[in-house]
Amino acid sequence: MRLTLHVWRQKNAHAPGAMTRYEAGDVNPDMSMLELLDVVNEGLILEGGEPIAFEHDCREGICGSCGFMIDGLAHGPLPATTVCQLSMRHFRDGQELHLEPWRARAFPVIKDLVVDRGAFDRIVAAGGYVSVPTGSAPDGNAILVPKENADRAMDAAACIGCGACVAACPNASAALFAGAKIAHLGLLPQGQPERHQRALRMVRQYNAEGFGSCTNIGECEAACPKQISLEAIARMNRDFIAASWGRR
Amino acid sequence: MTDEMVMDEIAVQLDARVPSGNIETLWDRARFEMKLVNPANKRKHTILVVGSGLAGASAAATLGELGYNVKCFCFQDSPRRAHSIAAQGGINAAKNYQNDGDSVFRLFYDTVKGGDFRSREANVYRLAQISVNIIDQCVAQGVPFAREYGGTLANRSFGGAQVSRTFYARGQTGQQLLLGAYQALERQVQEGRVTMFPRTEMLDLVVVDGRARGIVTRNLITGRIESHSGDAVVLGTGGYGNVYYLSTNAKGSNCTAIWRAHKRGALFANPCFTQIHPTCIPVSGDYQSKLTLMSESLRNDGRIWVPLKPGDKRVPKQIPEAERDYYLERRYPSFGNLVPRDVASRNAKAVCDEGRGVGETGLGVYLDFSAAIERLGVDVIRERYGNLFEMYQRITDEDPYQTPMRIYPAIHYTMGGLWVDYYLMTTIAGLFAIGEANFSDHGANRLGASALMQGLSDGYFILPYAVGDYISQNKLEKVDAGGAEFRAAEIGVLETTKKLLEIRGHQTVDSFHRRLGKIVWDECGMSRTGAGLDRAIEKIRELRGEYWRDVKVPGSADDLNQSLEKAGRVADFLELAELMCVDARHREESCGGHFREEYQTPDGEAQRNDEDCAYVAAWEYQGWEQAPDFHPVLHQEPLTFEYVHPSQRSYK
Repeated sequence: MRLTLHVWRQKNAHAPGAMTRYEAGDVNPDMSMLELLDVVNEGLILEGGEPIAFEHDCREGICGSCGFMIDGLAHGPLPATTVCQLSMRHFRDGQELHLEPWRARAFPVIKDLVVDRGAFDRIVAAGGYVSVPTGSAPDGNAILVPKENADRAMDAAACIGCGACVAACPNASAALFAGAKIAHLGLLPQGQPERHQRALRMVRQYNAEGFGSCTNIGECEAACPKQISLEAIARMNRDFIAASWGRR
Repeated sequence: MTDEMVMDEIAVQLDARVPSGNIETLWDRARFEMKLVNPANKRKHTILVVGSGLAGASAAATLGELGYNVKCFCFQDSPRRAHSIAAQGGINAAKNYQNDGDSVFRLFYDTVKGGDFRSREANVYRLAQISVNIIDQCVAQGVPFAREYGGTLANRSFGGAQVSRTFYARGQTGQQLLLGAYQALERQVQEGRVTMFPRTEMLDLVVVDGRARGIVTRNLITGRIESHSGDAVVLGTGGYGNVYYLSTNAKGSNCTAIWRAHKRGALFANPCFTQIHPTCIPVSGDYQSKLTLMSESLRNDGRIWVPLKPGDKRVPKQIPEAERDYYLERRYPSFGNLVPRDVASRNAKAVCDEGRGVGETGLGVYLDFSAAIERLGVDVIRERYGNLFEMYQRITDEDPYQTPMRIYPAIHYTMGGLWVDYYLMTTIAGLFAIGEANFSDHGANRLGASALMQGLSDGYFILPYAVGDYISQNKLEKVDAGGAEFRAAEIGVLETTKKLLEIRGHQTVDSFHRRLGKIVWDECGMSRTGAGLDRAIEKIRELRGEYWRDVKVPGSADDLNQSLEKAGRVADFLELAELMCVDARHREESCGGHFREEYQTPDGEAQRNDEDCAYVAAWEYQGWEQAPDFHPVLHQEPLTFEYVHPSQRSYK
């Protein structure tokens, strides 16, 4: 099959960018979106051009490196699928696709489809952990966790930190990302001592990074390749309010 | 290379500094005998940790907690993306929570035997001891391990083990363990004890007066070459499976840090010990960029077969039972489809070599669930493997409930790596290697669910002691990152970069990488021969020459240039590949993942040679510039087995 790609090309953070058109012939329907870009890039290099920069690593949907907008949808049209696992058989022969980087003030573009998601690390550093130095842990089975809570904690912990939630949100809010960590740790007994502090600090940090506020639109949940539920945001809000109230 | 040449070059035997005494008390004693650093002085010592996977992140976090000044480097945009994140199955620990007879000794025994008697007993015993502490630590961090209804931790048996000792978090155990270590690391970043350098690649090691004192890095966004000095350097940079181009490794996984350390004097141990995983989704075309693993658990219910006749292109449903060959069940009646990874992989290759492989490329075998569905019902199969079937269908567009899966082996893990002693120190003083980057605990074959265990054991519980001991035992004068050795290393890095950009040839980096991968896969993959390895060495040398004449690297050195990053890594793979073949050529036996066709039993199984080959082969760099006269110097660490007596594995 043949595809036409319109790709955002931007030399660096300071240069202006523009959409550039590329023709991709001989597309194998089994290829992933990233393998299609590999092929386009091989062609560009041989022609003396600059290949399209895009982020990727594991190519099996777990490292969270990859991600860009395809026709305005974060990670493209398939639910629960990152672009590295999105195969070309989901597109029509002759289709035109528009590839753009995540757009958010807190995710400045570095080059082409690559953005800086360092803000996510700083949100975690602000409180997304249990403070337990190596060596100070009790026996694993000394901490009992009801299966249902463990399963729900795992649902939230499945977040891969790709940034699709921010990109999909009209407010560019990071509420689903921060909420997922707050829900994961808040559902477990190990997370209780720091639960309120954690919510306060993480929310404070994500505001400082320039992410927008959550207005319960739900685009994040729809775009999330790991199907993290909006419930995570409700849990974050509850902890945040309880913490703020408790401090008065 | 002739055998005489290798034998002439054997140098002094290596001393692994294993304490003497009963194996059960060795680690206790070593911990007592190690010197401590005054807590008030720790912050005056800078430790450089390269890599942020399970080993690197756990080490950096723990060193930070102890009070050291830590700098941690990773090439990814965030430490959370290190390739440990992709591990699916689980992590072993000798907790005996299931009361099924597990113990530290049993885990030790299984691991030594699984490694086909090519690992160091003292290290493996310590690993089994520490396994229980790892689970405690990770639970306390909030890792959401699977639970029973009563709230206790759940276990499963894995990789043919007869006890249930594997802890898991759905099919994402590596992800959850890594996020635990990452969160501990970020806590130290917040405390100001660890400085994180993401998107930063180590390109050289700096050795001053015989000690590792720093590294040279490239900032992958600005292209800036920088030097960092410290009192010790720790490499937790993972394995080198991507030498094969197609592997289950992440695209960025590379050998550059350990290879450049090797070129600065660190011995490289057992490079030919690589692991091939039998159940991956087969290659579908030339564009293919990586291979996806399907959990080994599928072999519990799937039956593996190929058509009896070569070239049979009928769809599986049209091939009658009598014209199918269930070759594992036929050859290994007692273990059948559950033979270990190396045996399953080798047999798949053999039937494909006979022209009986399936799928468009002929490189695949069927994994058929129809019998299991008939016996257990589709619901049971869906409950056990639903998520895996879904993943398979997403990638191949075929429904495994209706038609057999196609699978083929792929490179998954490398047991070889930098040689380290009992204290995880390489042959360069002050340079430590942890996790998959060292050769350590898995011998010639790694058992399922033990890679995560080793990474965290090294990082959380061994390395932090070892670094303290090294620092307190040695007077380390302050070194300046602007010193002569640093300048020289920086200039070397700049020159290599410049050279790569100035070749302006006609072939892309990826095209070379693909060709290299094919050579190594064909001749130093699932089965090897002396003649084939000689051929491979010749071909790799030719390819390396061609690379430096004709590679085309676009762009410049002063911004984000992913082709340039790859070019440096592939240049290193082109050298390491040769050493792998040299090692495989010299090891005249079959053991674990290393199968030499010349050394097999009459019925075609691996034939170990304990008399002559029970040693670790550690290679010393002698300069590639002199090729074709290049030959590395072999150092041997003899292996003795006092507790687990070598036996031949049999699965018939």
